[in-house]
Order: sequence, then C-alpha cells, then structure tokens
Amino acid sequence: MTLNVDPPPVAAVPPWRDVRVLRIAAQVVAVIAVGLLVAFLARNFATALSERGLGFGFGFLGRSAGFDISESPIPYSPADTYGTAFLVGLLNTLFVSFIGIILATVLGIVVGVARLSPNWLVRRIASSYVEVIRNTPLLVQLFIIYFAVFLQLPAVAQSISFAGSVFLNQRGVFVPGPQLTAGFTPWLAFVALGIGVLVAARAVARHREDTERPIRGLTALGWLGLLTVVTIGWVLIGPVAFELPVRARFNFVGGLGLSPEFAALLTGLVLYTAAFIGEVVRGGIQAVRRGQVEAARALGLSEGETLRLVVFPQALRIIVPPLTSQYLNLAKNSSLAIAIGYPDLFKVGQTMANQTGQPLPVILMVMSTYLAISLVTSLLMNIYNRRIQVLER
Amino acid sequence: MSGQGMGETLPPPRDVIGPAAWLRENLFSGWVNSVVTLLTGAAIIWLIVTIGAWAVSEARWTVVTNNLRLFLIGQYPADQAWRILLNLGLISVLAGLSAGAWGGATRAMAVTLSALQLMLAALVVASPLGIIPAGVLVLNAALVWVAFGFGLRGWIPRRPLLIAWVLSLPVSFLLISGVAGTPFPSVSSNVWGGLLLTVLLATVGILLSFPFGVLLALGRRSQLPVVSIMSTGYIEIIRGVPLVTILFMADIILPLFLPGEWRLDRVARAMGGITLFSAAYVAENVRGGLQAIPSGQIEASQALGLSGAQTNIHIVLPQALRAVIPANVGLFISLLKDTTLVTIIGLLELLGISRAILAQPDSFGAQMEVYVFIAAVFFILCYAMSQASYRLERALGVGTR
Repeated sequence: MTLNVDPPPVAAVPPWRDVRVLRIAAQVVAVIAVGLLVAFLARNFATALSERGLGFGFGFLGRSAGFDISESPIPYSPADTYGTAFLVGLLNTLFVSFIGIILATVLGIVVGVARLSPNWLVRRIASSYVEVIRNTPLLVQLFIIYFAVFLQLPAVAQSISFAGSVFLNQRGVFVPGPQLTAGFTPWLAFVALGIGVLVAARAVARHREDTERPIRGLTALGWLGLLTVVTIGWVLIGPVAFELPVRARFNFVGGLGLSPEFAALLTGLVLYTAAFIGEVVRGGIQAVRRGQVEAARALGLSEGETLRLVVFPQALRIIVPPLTSQYLNLAKNSSLAIAIGYPDLFKVGQTMANQTGQPLPVILMVMSTYLAISLVTSLLMNIYNRRIQVLER
Repeated sequence: MSGQGMGETLPPPRDVIGPAAWLRENLFSGWVNSVVTLLTGAAIIWLIVTIGAWAVSEARWTVVTNNLRLFLIGQYPADQAWRILLNLGLISVLAGLSAGAWGGATRAMAVTLSALQLMLAALVVASPLGIIPAGVLVLNAALVWVAFGFGLRGWIPRRPLLIAWVLSLPVSFLLISGVAGTPFPSVSSNVWGGLLLTVLLATVGILLSFPFGVLLALGRRSQLPVVSIMSTGYIEIIRGVPLVTILFMADIILPLFLPGEWRLDRVARAMGGITLFSAAYVAENVRGGLQAIPSGQIEASQALGLSGAQTNIHIVLPQALRAVIPANVGLFISLLKDTTLVTIIGLLELLGISRAILAQPDSFGAQMEVYVFIAAVFFILCYAMSQASYRLERALGVGTR
C-alpha cells in the first residue's frame, strides 16, 4: 500500500502548548520566584539592620582587631587589623588541613592494606578501628582527645617523656625541632652524587632491557646506592641537628612545641579521616580484577612487581575521586577547631563577628573562603586524576 | 550417578581443616606473620587489660547513671517524660506491624528497635530513675513482637500502615511539644535535650530535607538551564562549606532575614540549618538514583504519551527513590553524628548536655567516663543502623541488578 497523500496541514500550535514557549515561561517563573524570595529576605534584612542601627560593609577589615590569637604562623598582635586576623585564621586552617591530609593519607593506606592482610589478627584490629571511628561523631572524638587526654596530662614538672626527647604535658607536645647546620650545603653534594648513581643504574637497566639482556634488580641496587651515599653523608657531616626541648622555669623551650589544641585537633582529624581513607584504599585494591593479578603472575612478575606495576596503578584510578572528597571533608571538619579553641578560620571569624557586630559580611567571607579551599583542592585532585587516568584505553 | 569407582571416602587431612590448620593459615603462615601476630597480640592484650582495669576499678560510672535522665531527655519535665515513652511505644507498635507485613529488612529494624529499648531498660535499672520507666521500656520492646505477630497474620493492610508512618512524625512532634490545655501541656523546645533532641534533630532533618532534596536533584538534571544552574549552585555551595558555618548562619543570621514577628526558637533554627544542609546531600544521592534509571524507561513513558511531570511521578521517581534508600540511611547515620555540632551553637543535645553535666562540681574530672559513654551511645545507634541499612541494601537488591 502506498500513501501518496500530503501530510495534513499542521495546525499552528497555540503558545500555551508550545514547548519552546513553555520552557522559557518556566524559567522566567523560576527566576521570579527566587527573585521574590531574595527580595523578601533582603527587605527583612534591611529592616532588621536599621532597627538595630547596624550597617553592612567590609570597612571593618582595615580597623584594629584588638583581640589576641593564641597561635599564629605570622607575627600578629591585637593592634593588627581585622584583615590580618582573618589571614591568621586562614593560615591556621590551611596548616592543620595540610599536615592532616598528609598524615591521614599515610595512616589510611596502612589501615587499608592492614584490612587486606593475610594475618587474621591484623585484619580484625584494622576493621575494629574503622568501625569504632566511623560510627562515632568526630566532635565526641575531639572532646575525648582534648578534654579527657591532653588536658589531663601531668603538669610541666611531671612531663611524660619518651627517650628524653619527646615530652607530653598540659601545655602541649614538645618534640625535637630540626635545625639546619652549616653542613647542609655540602651534604646536598652527597644527595646529588646518590641521585647520579640511581640515574646511571636506571639508564643501564633500560639499555640492557632494550638489548634483551635485562639485569634483574639493577634499579633496586641504584636506590640502595642513593640511600647509602645519602646516609654516609648524613653521618659524616650532620646537615640537620635536632634541638631538644629543654625544661625552663615554666615550660619547655627549644625544639618544636605544639599547643594541646593543635595537637588534639590534628590527632582527631587524622584518626577520623584515616578510617575513611582506609576504606577507600581497601575498596580500590579489591576492585582490581583477580585476573589482572593472575595475568601478572603468569607473565612471571614477582609479588612486589605485581603490586607495584599492576595492582596499584589500577587501584589508584579508583581511589583518587573518593580520596578527594575525604580531603575536602578533612578541610571542612577542621572548622570543629572552635569546640576546642584552636584559632582556625571559623573561630577567628566568629570572634570578628561578635566584635564588629557585622556577622553577615564575616560569615560570608568565611564561607567563601571554605568554598575556595574546596574548589582549589578539587581542582588539584582533578588535575592529578586526569594525569593518572590518561593511561586508560 | 553411581558411587561405583569412587573408592572409600577418606577424612580430610588434619593439616587442612580444624583449628590448628586455621591458626597456621591465618596467624602463623611464615615467620614474618608469626612475629606480627605475637607483637600485635601482645599489644592488644595490654590495651584490653589497661582499658578493662580502668573501666572496672577506676572509672566512676555513677556520673552516667546519676545523670541518666539528663542524658536521655535533657531538662524535659520529669512528670511529662511518660509522653516520650508513649511515643516510643507507638513507634514500636508501628515497627512491629511493618515487620510482620513486609518482612525482610523491616524485620531487622524491628529487632534493632526492640534490642535498643532493652539495652536502655538495663541502663535505666542501674540508675536512680527507678524500675517503672525500665518496665515500660521492656514492655515497649515486647510490644514490637506482639505487633509483629499481628502483622504476620496479614490483618493490617499495607497502605494504612504507610499512612500511619507518615502521620507518626507530626503525631510524635505534637506529643513531645504538647498543646496547652490538654492532658499534654506544652513543653517549650528550650528544655528539650539529650538523646531525645539528638534523634529529633536528625529525624526531622532527614525527613524535611527529603522533598527539598528530590526537587533539587530534579532541578539539577532539568533541561531548563536557569533551573539547572540555580540547583547546581545551591548544591555545590552547601556541599563546599562546613556544617558549623551553616548552623552559625541559621542561629545568628537567619533571624535577621525573617520578619521581626516570626520568632523561631533555637531548636527550630537549628533544624532549619540542618535541613538546608542535608537537602544538598540528599539531592546528590537522589541524582545518583535518577542516573541509574535506564533511558528506555523515560522513552517508553514518552511513547505512551505521559507528560514530563507524569513521567517523573509515575516512572522515574518510584524507581530512583527505591534505589537511594540505603544511601539515605547512610546519610541519616552521618546526620545523626553531625547533630553533635549544634553543641557549638549552644543547644543541649547529647553532647551539649554532657558538657553541662561535666560543669557540675560532683562530676569534676569525669570527662573520660562521660565522653566514652556518649561515644558508646552513638556507636551502638550508628552501628545498628548501618547493619540494618546493609540488610536493606541486599533486600532491595541495589547494585545486584
């Protein structure tokens, strides 16, 4: 059957049934609804401000802050401006987050690998750790670490000491502080020499591999060479001296002192995040197909080579995206510092809000700063992610 | 198949099965493993002995038992506390009926609810609160099983049960907050506290944020650029900032944004903050569920002539929401833990009340006991729920299709 009839003339679609019109109308309605909500809030806000005789602006940033901050990586005094105080808070947040991320990653990998250990006891310990940490609130953990452990430590005179170089007391944790000596520059020559040995070993190894007469373990020997040369240099010259903390009249001086607030916050963040990172690492390793390991074995790779060349590169691709969100969580969780008195971004912000009577501008600054930290962290991790994903076919 | 030619069945060799083989396999397979086992074993035994000795002889647990009422319900009037027990009883009956009617994962939840109340009863017996509340808790735990029996008979149709669950939230809220001039006099939310407030904040937070989160998820996937951009912006901004900043905003700044005559109390403001916060996370969960729907489903419903809204309501959402239930239980667990942050804005939920208790002279120096107790309460709640959600996940078959 052939149809040779013209299609019936399409009736003009009325505008209220035209999808294009409806789409634009829906968006206009959405914009108007949100706009009305914002206008409503803004009007109330303006009324509230005029009733309270407050203004809205960022002019306070240039004024003198007048409050002290207990610890700061840059010189700070109450005479400095609110802007400087805010910067101090930001630097403190960045500092504790950065160190926390490094330590949590190391501990998290240990936990994740331990959960896959062939040893039953190690496996059980790791999984109990993960369950306990993940099922209790971070803030409670921080309170236990700070109020029930760090603040209950003995007074300075009865400090707990480990090997006469690490001291724990109510005032914090004191560890030997590294100090560069005059021998540091000569020692760098040893490092260069060691790297030269390694590079040479790798070059020879690669060359021999091309000529199909590989020498097994030459690269490892190169690493051993680097380590040996660097260690010999270290022992001979002593490029870094560790200054021991010494007890003075009221407290320890010298070395590296960490306040109980910082030490408690760092411990809490690291222990908490490491449990989550451990699960991420375990999931990543388990997600590598068994066939990959079997194929690697069949090709004659050793156990170490299988892990290093086959399992880890593939696991890494699975691990990185959830790892990023754990890093972001750690940075955001550092705002709990306020509960134990570490002067981070949020705590300084809250003090500023109270003192200036300008809570909204301050909280907006604090929130946008956290947002910026989150964005920059995800950006960096996305770049890294893309670099390791590039091998995917 | 015949047994011929199979020969005599020999017992498996000793070194392959049995406790000795298990030990060799799991703890002493090689000298490295043996050394690790001995070292960690010694460390663990030392740790358990130390902690056990502290918990048994040194710790003053009376701080916990003497203040148990504060820990559980805060400053809620003692003569009105029966309302909370009644409320628990209602939830127990509902949970039991549902476990009978649906079976599967709801049964695990009923077991959990009953076990939690029995544990609570044991704690109450050890406290000066007396035997009556403990008896009621045991009765509640038993009610779960009585209702379960009724539910099993199939007398209760599922739809009214579902409606009862929906109604249980406003009913519970009315029961706890009360209405002036009735047998349930009004109790100001200023005196709500302890575990009661913790559970209320988390429950209200997740339930109120759910519809909002679904809308945001649909908005983010919308083909209208304006809607999609606004939804995405909201979700990403909220997820990029810490909860404390949002609670601070809700506590200090929100009153400035509302008309002067709308006086929200602190608990309501905190609930608002938590709801706005968790909506962004619910939205991301739901978006995951929406993405899991094969596009054939949507095409088929369009071919049947369903409109966009009809497609969402009848085809997409029922499938998507079913798939995200386990993820939302996970969210509820983390929300329950996150409610501790309202301590920072001065509410007396479980953690806040414990700080108030520690400020009393007779609980001086009992930080470890109190905080360990709080941690244990959270651990039991969260662990029980995560196990239940694991079962739920398997019962719903998420990820296995």
